[in-house]
Amino acid sequence: MNKKWLSGPYLFWAISFIIIPLVMILYYGLTTKDGSITFENILQITTNTNVKALVLALLLSIVSTIICLILAYPLAMILNQLDVNQNSFIVLIFILPMWMNFLLRTLAWQTLLEKTGVINSVLTLLHLPTLNIINTPYAIVLGMVYNFLPFMVLPIYNILIKIDPNVINAAKDLGANSFLTFYKVILPLSWPGVISGITMVFVPSLTTFVISDLLGGSKILLIGNVIEQKFTQANNWNAGSGLSLVLMVFILLSMAILSKYDKDGEGLI
Amino acid sequence: MSNNLIDLINITKSFDNQLVLDDLNLSVKENEFVTLLGPSGCGKSTTLGILGGFQQPDKGEVIFGGTNITNLPPNKRALNTVFQKYALFTHMSIAENIAFGLKIKGKSKQYIQDKIKYALKLVNLEGYENRMPNSLSGGQQQRIAIARAIVNEPKVLLLDEPLGALDLKLRQDMQYELIRLKNELGITFIYVTHDQEEALTMSDTIVVMNQGYIQQIGTPEDIYNEPQNAFVADFIGESNILPAIMLQDKLVKILDAKFPCVDTGFGINTPVDVVIRPEDIDLVKPEEGTIQGVVTHLIFKGVHYEMEVMANGHEWLVHSTDLFPVGTKVGIHVDPFDIQIMNKPASEDEEAVIINE
Repeated sequence: MNKKWLSGPYLFWAISFIIIPLVMILYYGLTTKDGSITFENILQITTNTNVKALVLALLLSIVSTIICLILAYPLAMILNQLDVNQNSFIVLIFILPMWMNFLLRTLAWQTLLEKTGVINSVLTLLHLPTLNIINTPYAIVLGMVYNFLPFMVLPIYNILIKIDPNVINAAKDLGANSFLTFYKVILPLSWPGVISGITMVFVPSLTTFVISDLLGGSKILLIGNVIEQKFTQANNWNAGSGLSLVLMVFILLSMAILSKYDKDGEGLI
Repeated sequence: MSNNLIDLINITKSFDNQLVLDDLNLSVKENEFVTLLGPSGCGKSTTLGILGGFQQPDKGEVIFGGTNITNLPPNKRALNTVFQKYALFTHMSIAENIAFGLKIKGKSKQYIQDKIKYALKLVNLEGYENRMPNSLSGGQQQRIAIARAIVNEPKVLLLDEPLGALDLKLRQDMQYELIRLKNELGITFIYVTHDQEEALTMSDTIVVMNQGYIQQIGTPEDIYNEPQNAFVADFIGESNILPAIMLQDKLVKILDAKFPCVDTGFGINTPVDVVIRPEDIDLVKPEEGTIQGVVTHLIFKGVHYEMEVMANGHEWLVHSTDLFPVGTKVGIHVDPFDIQIMNKPASEDEEAVIINE
């Protein structure tokens, strides 16, 4: 029964590409260029620009997560009510964009939203006021919602289809109207899916730098952009690692808060 | 019609162009234990769904206590359902599950507390208030589902194969529990099952259904002893179903042998079906029997032996506490009142099951 060696390949992978990089980030984050221990890299978060970038990133990802939730939950409910043939088709439509490259999709939005882009050309043609949201936080939120929405829909949909229809019938049978049935039974039972969806939208939104780069026109700095610039432009790995550690703390914190509401761990995928 | 609690009138329902219920009429009296019995797909669960309000009939009316409730949503109906596989709210404790309906009705805290206590006592699960449904066994969960329904004091309790997921011993215990509950509560039970033994044990009235039609309505004794057609005879218990000719009143010709019987009014030389229950066949000495045969199979079943006897080209199924080894020559005797004469099936759906065998 000793099959421990089967975990060998993954163990090798995990040590090489997860554990060692993490240790290195920790090392870089806590040292100066010449190798002496310091907290200066971490304290860089307190500078004005960085605080602003972190707060904006938190704000935009929270807004995106909420918008995703508002869009995804009713959609998941509708999908759940369709019969199998119809819903697999609609689920496919939903997942189809995910098969296209993430960068391409975001670039496409850039082209659409540009001052002289497709949307504005059409609006001008119709003598309507133009839409100037490129290079603003609105465009970034749009990009986040567009890219991460499927990650909200799927876990909620997956948990909704697992709810026995008779449980919902039972609530109605006991006198609950549609609202109470939803509020007292469907929502609590789907909570793990909601938690999982929130995590899967919030975390990549908080750390993204590509979306803010392409749709924010590198004028709007999110914490992800700041970290990216530390590594690529400033070539300061120590400062970048320090800020990464801070961001990681925020992610762990949000996961801890969410896991309090998901006692059974059902939502974790 | 006036003293019926429930009347289903001309109910027709189809799913995906498949007819599930065809012009069904059924009346239920107050304080009756009615069982809808039939194979899967016979329309019994759909009938219950229409009563509960989860499904709308395509045609027909549901009358409850004199009012038409056909279009009333489930939450407005004065009846409660015990669902297949319990359908408890897994995110709530037992007490919260039971209190669900009462809280919605806005009952006082004290009233709800008392009701929870009373209901748990009724189903023999006192002290389970704070447990979660998933920590309970199947039988316990089923009893909670019943408790959750009856605290609302419905006039009618609908039960959709509530014992289907339980093992045999538990199922038998629960059958007695349900009879006791019904007597204590004094309400109407409408029970759906495909288990004929369950139906015979518990019901006041059995409604045998097949392919969307009611085949027979009657007391358990009626249904068992005097099935109106071959489907009912075959579905309720084991039986020998044979084609026969009714020669005259009180005389029937089965497999070229003449058997005296008690039925009259079928006319002269009328083709009929006869049902003879295996336990009603007496195996006697060859010369004493109406027809003679040879025992071909013998199985010990506990209470009785199950034997097959080859006689006049037919395998007769016989249950007897007396043992006749394979190869024994025997005579077959049937008392006249044990022969049940039935008209030949008028429609295909009554015949279906026999052909399938």
